[in-house]
Amino acid sequence: MAHQDIELMAHLMRRAGFGATYEEVERRAANGYEATVEELLSPMEQPDLDRHLLDRYFVDWKEMNALEVNQAYLTYRMINTQRPLQEKMTLFWHGILCTGNSKCEHGRQIQEQLDMFRVLGMGSLRDLLLELSRDPAMVFYLDNCMSHKDAINENFGRELLELFSMGVGMDGHANYSEDDVKECARAFTGWTITNAIPRYPYGRYASQFAFNAADHDEGEKTFLGETGNFGGEEIIDIIARQPATARFVARHLYNFFVADEPQVPAWQETPPRDPEAIKMLEDAYFESNYNLSAMLRTLFNSDFFKNARFAKVKSPAETVAGTMRLVQDFTHPKPGLHPIAMEIRYMGQDLLNPPTVEGWHTGAEWIDSGTLVERINFTADQIGNTALPGVRAIIDRLSAEGVTEPQAFVDRCLDMVGSYQLPDETRDYLVEHVEKGGQLQTGTDDYGHRVGQTLQLIVATQEYQFA
Amino acid sequence: MTSTKKDPVLVVLQLSGGNDALNTLVPYGDPLYADNRPTVRVSDEQVLPLNDYVGFNPSMAPLKELYDQGKVAVLQGIGYPNPNRSHFRSMDIWHTCEPDKVGLEGWIGRAIRDVDPQAENVLTGVNFGRGLPRSMAAPQVPVASVGNLETYGVLTGIQDEERDEALELFSRMYSPAVGRGNVVDYLSHTGMDALKGADILATAPGMYSSTVEYGNDTVAQYMRNIAMVHLAGLGTRFLYTTAPYNSFDTHAGELSAHAKLWSDTSRAISTFYQDISEKSASDNVVLLVFTEFGRRVHDNGSGTDHGSGGVAFVIGDRVKGGLYGEYPSLAADKLLEGDLHFNNDFRGLYSTLLEQWMGLDAKPIVGGAFEQMDFIAA
Repeated sequence: MAHQDIELMAHLMRRAGFGATYEEVERRAANGYEATVEELLSPMEQPDLDRHLLDRYFVDWKEMNALEVNQAYLTYRMINTQRPLQEKMTLFWHGILCTGNSKCEHGRQIQEQLDMFRVLGMGSLRDLLLELSRDPAMVFYLDNCMSHKDAINENFGRELLELFSMGVGMDGHANYSEDDVKECARAFTGWTITNAIPRYPYGRYASQFAFNAADHDEGEKTFLGETGNFGGEEIIDIIARQPATARFVARHLYNFFVADEPQVPAWQETPPRDPEAIKMLEDAYFESNYNLSAMLRTLFNSDFFKNARFAKVKSPAETVAGTMRLVQDFTHPKPGLHPIAMEIRYMGQDLLNPPTVEGWHTGAEWIDSGTLVERINFTADQIGNTALPGVRAIIDRLSAEGVTEPQAFVDRCLDMVGSYQLPDETRDYLVEHVEKGGQLQTGTDDYGHRVGQTLQLIVATQEYQFA
Repeated sequence: MTSTKKDPVLVVLQLSGGNDALNTLVPYGDPLYADNRPTVRVSDEQVLPLNDYVGFNPSMAPLKELYDQGKVAVLQGIGYPNPNRSHFRSMDIWHTCEPDKVGLEGWIGRAIRDVDPQAENVLTGVNFGRGLPRSMAAPQVPVASVGNLETYGVLTGIQDEERDEALELFSRMYSPAVGRGNVVDYLSHTGMDALKGADILATAPGMYSSTVEYGNDTVAQYMRNIAMVHLAGLGTRFLYTTAPYNSFDTHAGELSAHAKLWSDTSRAISTFYQDISEKSASDNVVLLVFTEFGRRVHDNGSGTDHGSGGVAFVIGDRVKGGLYGEYPSLAADKLLEGDLHFNNDFRGLYSTLLEQWMGLDAKPIVGGAFEQMDFIAA
């Protein structure tokens, strides 16, 4: 297997999933890059997690009420999914089409929204936005249930345009007017939710979407230059055809999968960092009738993606799920999952509870002196634990390969955690450190210990904080 | 740090979950209290009276002692307009001073930036607990967030001499280098801040000795850590900690849970003051104790649900003790959707602390001019 194929596959799995062990990377590289992309794009061909088994073990997953329970469940999924791109796209949409626990009837409601993202998140954007507009958690979160024929509430109508589909502007001009916001909100009047079933005695149930025709504004509306008796569905049809929508989704995909872009509010004035790449994604959007999988196929098979190694700061979710996948812990239900899930919060990403409807700021904004320490210590503690199966496998592998020469030892350790590359100076420090520890001898306890120690130092580097 | 006049220090204790104001500062003189609290009620005989209308919960005896010494300002009816009854959102509002839109910068983060605009001291603000509360977050403001002071630091999982070597390597790897790009530079800088902060903080426990004994609960242990850092003279001006996540959220079994919470909390506060007073280090410290909201006036048979209009405390040698603001009326027609109606904006409380105590301009920090109170002695 050519080294460059392994490196490229490690890159793909980090971005299109939550990373992979070296064995998985090798297996997938042997299968071929394009075949792997296709496999990732067909999640339904892989088995889902066995919910029945999980519910029997994690009893509070039955009700899915508390935020922490939902976070643990999502964390478990990210660690164990066999449909990594589907789960990654769920995280992608969760960060854009935001609903937060801070304003939510109860946790299950957001979890059901994420299930909807799992089903629709890689299909047509039009279908996704339509279902989002009917999603009970969203209807409640952005007050569409408070928007009435005679008294509109603009909250959902505005965010649908500003944050979920088009963005405020591009190429220096605005994408829509204040009148468009009002007309959009009018079209969604009557899109509401039923009253939830009372909590007692059977526990909490999620609300359902309901269309209240009597509260729907039937009047004529003019939206983005088109006039008609529009309802929400027609509004979404119009949104889906806008070049601004293609641009907005393309930039989000680029920011999430390829390289860190400026934060979203800057997009009206700041051009994309790679306009040609964005253009390719926009074309894929229109050619495929707004299909996300088509955009992703273009993206993952492009040179701009393949060349964008380590151009993104890992999110806390990627950091924690990626580490657990690497060390192969919590691959089965067992106690202690909750503290692992909480690490994501400590690193600054309170999943299912984004700070605002804008989602999380990404890139370098993940890092401050507190979150950096959390990140390094957590990762180093896990990877330095030589009792964990994934770490054990790395030790056994290097031992079997007979790696004892310090430079090769450092390089192979870097390969094992995802083919990372360090600046020469940093690599030299690590090599010196290994040399100082004396002759390496495979098959000894000292060997395993020093693999663990070297991995700990690698995950503490600046470079390892990037994906 | 070199000045002979001691700089003022603000300590904040956040009671997460929504502390029940009615069972903390009990309006035992109002018959409506008993009417509204058929089960979740503190009995008249047990209340520690402050006057013939209100008194402390009986588990707050240590705080009552400080009150009797004139060191506790009790801020009644504290809150903000259009109260939000979500823990997260309401706490965000207290953290960011942005009740109408969602803000990202915390009020203490902004205050730290005012005190130390060049970020010369990475320990101007120190938080105790896992994860940084938004109140302390602001761009370019380094804040140390300490889960455990005794073991705080980078790469703490590595033992003994190996750790020394690892840290030595870490500081070489994170030293600024040319041509590695903005984000790597930023990471390097942040990593060095963290390392520097951890090195300095690590000296604090060694310099500390005390005759007083703190409880084993989280708040007490963090108040002890706060005392250590304060006494170590590291130039820290803002110290922050939080009672365990949502512990004050007493929907059920409130009477026993709430009594335990306040007995721990008031003992922790009183021990803290005793500790730093013995070392003549209490005269430049003021402690703010707050929560995100009060609880519903009428009980639910076992506990109380989310409400509004809470109570906060400001404690210190330089505090003019007593009751501030008015106790919100319990009369049915004066309630706001079944909750106490706030009459005292928390941003006025913050402004008082920032201007009269910390000597800062409060307006840009809290987002406007709010009526200040008179609880800081000149």
